[in-house]
Amino acid sequence: MGETMDKLVDMTGIDKHFPGVHALKSVQFDLFPGEVHALMGENGAGKSTLMKILSGIYQRDGGDLVIEGKSVNPTTPREAQNLGIGIIHQELSLMNDLTVAQNIFIGREPRKSFGRLDEAALNAQTAGIFATMNLALDPRALVGSLTIAKQQMVEIAKALSYRSKVLVMDEPTAALNDAEIAELFVIIRRLKAEGVGIVYISHKMDELKQIADRVTVMRDGEYVGTVDAADTPISRIIAMMVGREVNEDPLIVPDLDGAEVSLQVAGLNRGKVLHDVSFSVQKGEILGFAGLMGAGRTEVARAIFGADPKDSGEVRVHGKPVSIKSPKDAVRAGIGYLSEDRKHFGLATGMNVRDNIALASMDLFTGAGGVLNDNEIGTAANSYITQLGIRTPSDIQEVRLLSGGNQQKVVIAKWLLRDCDILIFDEPTRGIDVGAKSEIYKLLEDLAEQGKTIIVISSELPEIMRLSHRIAVMCEGRLTGILPGGKDTTQEDIMHLATQRAAAMQVTGTAQ
Amino acid sequence: MTTATDIDKKKPLAGLSESGAYQKMLAFASLIALLIGFSIASPNFMQTSNMIAILQATSVNGVLAVAATLVIITGGIDLSVGTLMTFCAVIAGVALTYLGLPLLIGVAAAIAAGALCGLCSGTFVAKMKIPPFIATLGMMLILKGLSLVISGTRPIYFNDTPGFDQISRGSLIGEVFPTLPIPNGVLILFLVAIAASYILGRTVLGRYTFALGSNEEAVRLSGVNTDAWKMRIYALAGGICGIGGILIASRLNSAQPALGLGYELEAIAAVVIGGTSLSGGRGTILGTLIGALIMAVLTNGLRVLSVAQEWQTVVTGAIIILAVYADMARRKKTG
Repeated sequence: MGETMDKLVDMTGIDKHFPGVHALKSVQFDLFPGEVHALMGENGAGKSTLMKILSGIYQRDGGDLVIEGKSVNPTTPREAQNLGIGIIHQELSLMNDLTVAQNIFIGREPRKSFGRLDEAALNAQTAGIFATMNLALDPRALVGSLTIAKQQMVEIAKALSYRSKVLVMDEPTAALNDAEIAELFVIIRRLKAEGVGIVYISHKMDELKQIADRVTVMRDGEYVGTVDAADTPISRIIAMMVGREVNEDPLIVPDLDGAEVSLQVAGLNRGKVLHDVSFSVQKGEILGFAGLMGAGRTEVARAIFGADPKDSGEVRVHGKPVSIKSPKDAVRAGIGYLSEDRKHFGLATGMNVRDNIALASMDLFTGAGGVLNDNEIGTAANSYITQLGIRTPSDIQEVRLLSGGNQQKVVIAKWLLRDCDILIFDEPTRGIDVGAKSEIYKLLEDLAEQGKTIIVISSELPEIMRLSHRIAVMCEGRLTGILPGGKDTTQEDIMHLATQRAAAMQVTGTAQ
Repeated sequence: MTTATDIDKKKPLAGLSESGAYQKMLAFASLIALLIGFSIASPNFMQTSNMIAILQATSVNGVLAVAATLVIITGGIDLSVGTLMTFCAVIAGVALTYLGLPLLIGVAAAIAAGALCGLCSGTFVAKMKIPPFIATLGMMLILKGLSLVISGTRPIYFNDTPGFDQISRGSLIGEVFPTLPIPNGVLILFLVAIAASYILGRTVLGRYTFALGSNEEAVRLSGVNTDAWKMRIYALAGGICGIGGILIASRLNSAQPALGLGYELEAIAAVVIGGTSLSGGRGTILGTLIGALIMAVLTNGLRVLSVAQEWQTVVTGAIIILAVYADMARRKKTG
């Protein structure tokens, strides 16, 4: 593919450290004009960090960044934009109440005398960009009134308006349906024809064959290899992504024959995010939920817990049907939910450890006239601080000052104190460092052994493999299969179920 | 793992107590500085009669500020405390003067009316999900109008209810210690403040008040009926405004239906000067009391120094901005 001189982007030996983490280890990446180069890897492999260095959000600690033959060092997103690098983030950053044109030219609006805005020029310039993209979209439409796919087009147009030669797309299809994805691919092919180089980050294997020319795989902050998209089988790419040896401790799947079924979920539906999800979990079992981002795993948990309304579906706890309309009902039924986003949904971080532990059980400590028995709260909190090994100077320490692992233990203590026997852990080790992770794993295994029913949602396959007695895999809001835990199941098996949207339709189509 | 424990150790016990103590210190130091400054500037300032006048002036605003503090800690705001106070005074007038009911029943009716109105605001906020600013703005206007309608836009006097004016103006303390004729209104303010402090610090209602302001969604996901608790807090705040209504009616020996607008802003100012965070989750009744005292001392001191009324307002505004700026600067530092 041409010579070095032709390259739009040439990154070599890129190194990046964060406090306590070596995020990128001598990584390389290049991009030619008119090419779609896919960047693949598990969550945390370093894809986003690499692209943030390219787009000026982070600065590299070592290595070379060459744009069109010139060594550069962008220190702000603005500088990167001026070098012709545009990035479209996974979460769109548009202002819904402004028009399409106003969004595209935000911060550099065409003006007339006395600082008056020139709306006519604004709309004309926007229409010009849409014409080059061959896109039929009204510059005066409100962004909030557009579909997500159309909003994505607006983001692309915005990037192009900076005369970008390089376009980085971070999971552009995460929120799109099939028709919208086709629409996006048409635009991408047109951009290719114009000589724009596109970096395409995605988890969806079936998209690669359709759109990518080359694929670079990263793992644990390291460069694994670059292969031709057309000639390389998907199984080979998955093997490159997974690579490492799994499981430091072998997982022992307990024999749960005859154990009581403590949670049964049947026909769970919610809008477009959940389709007919049914499964059951036994007492003492750890059921893992695997799948890619947006597969609907968190939505299953929130629907069971009553945090989001569900359209239909039955939940049985210990064989009895329960009506769960709010988290209050779920807690009463003995279900506890540990959110992936502890700071927003799990903890009152401005409050102290003991109050957070007691948050779901205040009624246990409330005497006549609503007076709280703070001594008892302290005693109970301290017993969990000891039992779970929560490292805190005292039970009246503010929770925001604890480390991620200890914050997670505070949330676990909250549900244990409440005596919940069904616990749903959503990304239990997100933001927790490696040492504390194994401690959390041990804790979950202990809880299962004590007869708790555990559901673990995780995006990290090694974590799912390490913990799960059985593995439920989701894709696009459907349950695509339940695999046995232990040695019989490989990461490849899970990835196949998690990435095949066609299979998602089939399984649910034939299940009933 | 080592990093985790290191982080924990770096900030030993930099908890609620420390930040709260700092705020109170700052507000308290300002209060003392004001007192010293004014007494140097004018020999009349430090006289017992003037001090008692300051306390008396604090009583109504202080009670309303306590009510506002509760709502603000939940992360809300209550703009209706001023007109609710007036409404409750009018209700007392109707019960005592128009209907000739006994004193205690009149007082109880005023407080109950306050709690009921607070419950309405709470329902708008919690159940109907109307932003607190809008819900209580609406309540503020509704109550202002209702006070005028019920009273026929005329003041209601309490001349037929002997002893009513003593609720605020009398002095139980003065009867025991004749040299310290502190009016009952001030005594009632302190009782209300102690009760509110107790509720905030020792009861489940208080704990949820802070928890709601700290992270309402986390509280809801803990299985707590957040809507119901929020309504209770607004109702409690309303009841306290009812006490404020009794205090002002007793001091004026009449219910003045046109009064009330503007009181809510003074109350909120006292809360803010006292270090309670408008974003919720943080605040103390003691801070609010000091805030209310600072406002009263300022008004009184400037008057003693013969500063024009217009300028007093300007100074008060500047003080509010300064107080919040000092709090912000401190929080930026500690993160």
